[in-house]
Amino acid sequence: MTMSSHPVHQLDQPLLDVRHLTVRYGESIALEDITFHLHAGERIAVVGPNGAGKSTLFKVIAGVIRPTAGEVRIYGSHPSHHVCIGYVPQRSQVEWRFPVTVEDVVMMGRVARIGLLRRPGREDRQRVRQALETVGLAEMADRPIQALSGGQQQRMFIARALAQEAELLLMDEPLNGLDIPSQESILALLDTLREQGVTLMVATHDLDQAARFFDRVMLLNRRLIGFGAPSDVFSQERLQRAYGGRLKIVQSENEQIALGDTCCQEPSFYEPF
Amino acid sequence: MNLSELLLSPFAYPFMFRALLAALIVSTVCAVIGSYVVLRGMAFFGDALAHTLLPGVALGYLLSGANREALFWWALGTSILASLGIGALTRSARLREDTAIGIVFAGMFALGIALISTVRSYAVDLSHFLFGDVLGVSEAALWRMAIFGGVVLLLVFLLYKEFLVISFDPVLAATLRLPTRHLENLFLILIAITVAVALQTVGVALMVAMLITPATTAYLLTHRLPAMMGLATIFAIFSSLIGLYLSYYLGIASGAAIVLVSTLLFAIVFLLRRNER
Repeated sequence: MTMSSHPVHQLDQPLLDVRHLTVRYGESIALEDITFHLHAGERIAVVGPNGAGKSTLFKVIAGVIRPTAGEVRIYGSHPSHHVCIGYVPQRSQVEWRFPVTVEDVVMMGRVARIGLLRRPGREDRQRVRQALETVGLAEMADRPIQALSGGQQQRMFIARALAQEAELLLMDEPLNGLDIPSQESILALLDTLREQGVTLMVATHDLDQAARFFDRVMLLNRRLIGFGAPSDVFSQERLQRAYGGRLKIVQSENEQIALGDTCCQEPSFYEPF
Repeated sequence: MNLSELLLSPFAYPFMFRALLAALIVSTVCAVIGSYVVLRGMAFFGDALAHTLLPGVALGYLLSGANREALFWWALGTSILASLGIGALTRSARLREDTAIGIVFAGMFALGIALISTVRSYAVDLSHFLFGDVLGVSEAALWRMAIFGGVVLLLVFLLYKEFLVISFDPVLAATLRLPTRHLENLFLILIAITVAVALQTVGVALMVAMLITPATTAYLLTHRLPAMMGLATIFAIFSSLIGLYLSYYLGIASGAAIVLVSTLLFAIVFLLRRNER
């Protein structure tokens, strides 16, 4: 017994197709008339100032909140029946004192596939173990989640998405507040995910990382301001439109633009444990 | 009097033995559901829910008079309605959640007291509703408690992984396409049944202690949810047992005695663990 029928993926359709998406919270508009699509295997950075609607966009794609207008299609059908969309929450939104182990959390990714009234079987345990090995947390499996460092917390959620067999992974600010080595280990893990065919959408504040590590970038500020190769999207004119005067733009000699968001970035040396 | 006599003699009275069984059932169910109540930060909800059933019980009391057996059904009905009602109220975000709950619960509680105060034997009856009357549990009531408590425990066991996901990460629950709304409502109904089952033992005023105190004590000692539920059950049963002895030998009100032992256990564990977490 499964809880929902999982629709067949029409593979000639884009993995993700967003059309004229608008989301309003009461009077305020969070997203307005967003249209774009992604194909399987792509790696996209979503950038924009605080309040640009990045988290809202992810939640609509994940099927957690409904759009006010427009639609989201996953492989040609409505997202609400697909269990192939993984969501990695911002670390600050997780109750880290919850009495569960790393393995418990990763097993949560299997819950839909295990099905109602059933217990995890051999395949579920094997997938969880594999996922933990992929992210390098196999030895931490029995530890309480409270004991994890920031980078380990992030890797645990990636393992959960792997156990879920997610094909599209939405990550909300995964590098925020991590030290440089942890950031690098997460970025290396994103390469592994790509090898496994997982499509990635990553929200980030860091325009420099967005430009260096992602195929395409999406510049968002309620409206879609640009979507394409970083060198095209990060033009001075577009960045002005997205950030107004809050951005420091530095042009270096090989035309690789180095950028910093002067308003919202947390110091990257902060590591809570 | 030797020790075994000291321990066994209270329960030679049938009413004391029934009280013991009732306390054991209530302890177990409250400890297990209470573990979720604590982890989900619903202590105030639990307190409010217990108080909100007073007008329902009062109405049943006025309508069915001396028939105490009918009161359970009034309590159960009111409890489920109130639980789903408060749940819906907290989802419609016009007011802050705790404000909305506070207003409804105080209003309903006042209505309950007003209804009961129209009866002559007001003071005695009100105190039974407020503080429980575990020594007056009938055999029929005991069976009802066992059956409804058993249903709650069975559902918590069968839906363990689903309740765990909606409690830890509602967004994951949504992306896994779990029937989140139905599970949330079912969870509210389970709390409601628990409160109705526990009503005669501890009354509305001390209900929240049965839900949160043993569970919180257990939370301080473990990192796994099943262990937390198990430990909470042990603490709750221990408190009930010692509480009943205190009640019998010292003449302390039974509900208060149980809650006091439970609170003392919490205080000891809290002091022992304060440097570690």
